[in-house]
Amino acid sequence: MNAMAETKARVARPLSPHLQIYRLTLTMMMSIVHRITGIGLYFGMLLLAWWFISAAGPNGYARFEWFIGSWIGRLILFGYTWALIHHMLGGIRHLIWDSGRGLGPSEREWLVAANLIGSIIITILLWIIGLLAMGGSV
Amino acid sequence: MSGETHIRTPLAKVRGRGSAKSGTEHFWHQRLTALANIPLTIVAVVIMITLLGRNQAAVAQILGSPTITIIMLLFIGSTTVHMRIGMAVVIEDYVHDETAKFALLIANTFFTVVVGLAAAYGILKLSFGL
Repeated sequence: MNAMAETKARVARPLSPHLQIYRLTLTMMMSIVHRITGIGLYFGMLLLAWWFISAAGPNGYARFEWFIGSWIGRLILFGYTWALIHHMLGGIRHLIWDSGRGLGPSEREWLVAANLIGSIIITILLWIIGLLAMGGSV
Repeated sequence: MSGETHIRTPLAKVRGRGSAKSGTEHFWHQRLTALANIPLTIVAVVIMITLLGRNQAAVAQILGSPTITIIMLLFIGSTTVHMRIGMAVVIEDYVHDETAKFALLIANTFFTVVVGLAAAYGILKLSFGL
């Protein structure tokens, strides 16, 4: 009887501290960014499907080109490019960690910084190549 | 435990009983598709850059060529599987209301199947020239 009463009573056990209790670190930030870019890419897949479907005819493709050529379309495409590269490099980082490598304090900081800097550099390079391929017309 | 004599070792008791060797399916598939997505994404981005500024007829012809179609179908397949598992993890982590969680998990499956099928249909239509 005593034991039953004890299990029913809510025991105020200490809870494990949640995110906001810790000092925000770069690795934490990048973990969140990996999820956010993943969610962005998830919905960005709609754009890819639209592109493929629209390519079947000139009218549909003109509509797609008009959207992607508009400033909002360009902005989405630029964000999509960065999210794709960032998420891919982040994925490589996670695969390295999965192998048990690169988990030391300085190594993981280095990997995360390389992820962020690498994604920005590659995105800018891709857009320069892309704009050159289009003959410099923005 | 209750004082009986056990001749079998704890390992012998556990062997073949615990894991059905399927518990890590999502974990493994997420990494498998991640690995596949690396070369597929690089190739897909290169293809997309070469298509910039071309007219519809040229885009349709290039995208519909056998090699490009196969690469894009692999890209779509691997990506949508990866998307579905990834979004399911996000939903399971942040949505704690049971009804909302299941509704979103179902919506996640529907979305990834529809968007994957639509993209695959788009590319196959170009390839078969229908």
